[in-house]
Amino acid sequence: MSPGRLLYRGGIIAAYVLMLAPVAALVAISFFRDEIVSFPPSGFTLHWYANGFARSEFMSGFIVSAKVAVLACLIGVPAGTAAALGIARSNLPFKGAFTTFMLSPLIVPGIVAGTALYLTFLMAQNRLDMDITGTLGGLVAAHVLLAIPWTVRVVTASLQGLDGAVEEAAANLGARPWQVFWRVTLPMLRPGIVAAVMFSFIQSFENLELTLLLVGPGMSTLPIEMINYLEFRMDPTLAAVATVQVVLIAALMLITDRFVKLSRVV
Amino acid sequence: MAALDIQGLEKTYANGFTAVAGLDLKIGKGELVSLLGPSGCGKTTTLRMVAGFIDPTAGRITIEGREVTHLPAHARDTGMVFQSYALFPHMSVAQNVAFGLEMRKVGRAEREARTVEALKRVQLDHLAERYPRQLSGGQQQRVALARALVVNPAVFLLDEPLSNLDAKLRGEVRSEIRALQQALGLTTLMVTHDQEEALTMSDRLVVMEGGRVRQAGTAEDLYERPADAFVANFVGRSNLIRGRLAEGAFEAASGTRLACVPGGAGTGPLVFALRPERIGLSVGDDATGEPAVLKEILYLGAQTEYVVALGAERLTVIRPTPAAGDPLHAARPGDGVRARWTPEHVRLLPDT
Repeated sequence: MSPGRLLYRGGIIAAYVLMLAPVAALVAISFFRDEIVSFPPSGFTLHWYANGFARSEFMSGFIVSAKVAVLACLIGVPAGTAAALGIARSNLPFKGAFTTFMLSPLIVPGIVAGTALYLTFLMAQNRLDMDITGTLGGLVAAHVLLAIPWTVRVVTASLQGLDGAVEEAAANLGARPWQVFWRVTLPMLRPGIVAAVMFSFIQSFENLELTLLLVGPGMSTLPIEMINYLEFRMDPTLAAVATVQVVLIAALMLITDRFVKLSRVV
Repeated sequence: MAALDIQGLEKTYANGFTAVAGLDLKIGKGELVSLLGPSGCGKTTTLRMVAGFIDPTAGRITIEGREVTHLPAHARDTGMVFQSYALFPHMSVAQNVAFGLEMRKVGRAEREARTVEALKRVQLDHLAERYPRQLSGGQQQRVALARALVVNPAVFLLDEPLSNLDAKLRGEVRSEIRALQQALGLTTLMVTHDQEEALTMSDRLVVMEGGRVRQAGTAEDLYERPADAFVANFVGRSNLIRGRLAEGAFEAASGTRLACVPGGAGTGPLVFALRPERIGLSVGDDATGEPAVLKEILYLGAQTEYVVALGAERLTVIRPTPAAGDPLHAARPGDGVRARWTPEHVRLLPDT
């Protein structure tokens, strides 16, 4: 092998090690017996997994996170897809400004957006005389803001790669505009939309900063419950919970990949 | 009644650009007419207006007696083959072909029978379950053909149908399309910038330039009797020389005199047009014709292209490659030759 090629291979291996080492460490630590993590461990145990499942805050956090992520995707992905179609297909004035606006939740730091949402929710609560912070609705509303920019970005990219002649061919064969959309445009965008759902789901599921101020008693997400736990204890339970999370997300990605080759859309 | 009747068709865009400026064209039932011209001549815009993808600014389009000028594309009953084929990537070959029948609410049994029949017609029935990405360019092209034909469209539209195929396949598909079109008696409008494609496939050709028709007629009309210098040079090649008539012959601007039949061409500025293959060349003391000097020889295999200087003018000549032993075979650039042509073969065209 030439020195250049060797360097190239080495670079790739180093990059993988850098990315995967923390995950590997996390998985390893979740099996260590010692309550205070030390190396080498005095033995291995599944106790922390049992502890994680036994503690109700992790279970309820997981359920809230899943609910919020699913609902945010159900609302945010169709909305983002519609926005992407509007951006790509119409001759609206200020299209550039509109696109930037749609992507802005990606640019604003999560903690800033979270604070702004918190203050807005408080004001709305006072006016409407109903609870918003600490409710499922409030969390979903916030997480829709995570789904929309990702969807707009991914679906806009798919739309740009779509040959307009294919839609014309459908119209030429007698398909009315709504039939063209359902039978041709939407199926051709499917890989992009699936990718958008996945990104949105993961973004929502693991979000901490935006969510921090919006949770309430009995309505808290898994990442927040993990932070709360960390304030009082430093045992490997968190590593166990995180490992379960990693496995679930990896499974989700593998299943998605069966339907849409992720390498083609990411 | 013409199967496709286009009257005074115009398209002017909001920025003032006129793509098509008053086009009249009648196509009879079962006739194949080509729109031929350089890019930007308005041929594709015309086709897209017939298909319903572009709304005309003025004029009328009538398909089999029904006015369709401002109807949406899906209500026109045209079958189009796109340059990029535009197959539905998420549907199998059979689903692609059946799509138009489905949109026309044809029952399932009939739909399947007609899909198979259409695929057989293009020899692809064995690939019905494949997806477009699994097919070669030529196969995709045939799926696009079958998809457009299966619905028995009133007008068949071909947009540069061969431009994405390699040269060898092009000739094959060309005759295949023509055979299908004739067998089914399809009224066809084709757009192409490739003159060979247009000459070999069409019943009639329409040469367009700058949004206007330059000349319409059969391949022979256009080739033998071009109406102007643009057509003479776009359809086939021509030696084009500017000048005027003087004392029964053509006098080029440079002063060189060339034989022709003056006819009623008048004394205004003219263009002398002569096909390269209509000029004969000979070498030797007993040779007849205008004395000329050989400048360039381009060996093309079956033919050889010569450039000769005749006075101050240069003429391109194409001859069957001379066999060894022919004095012309031994001729080299710089040699003296004789060039001759039948004066009747010269066209004197208006200099515009």
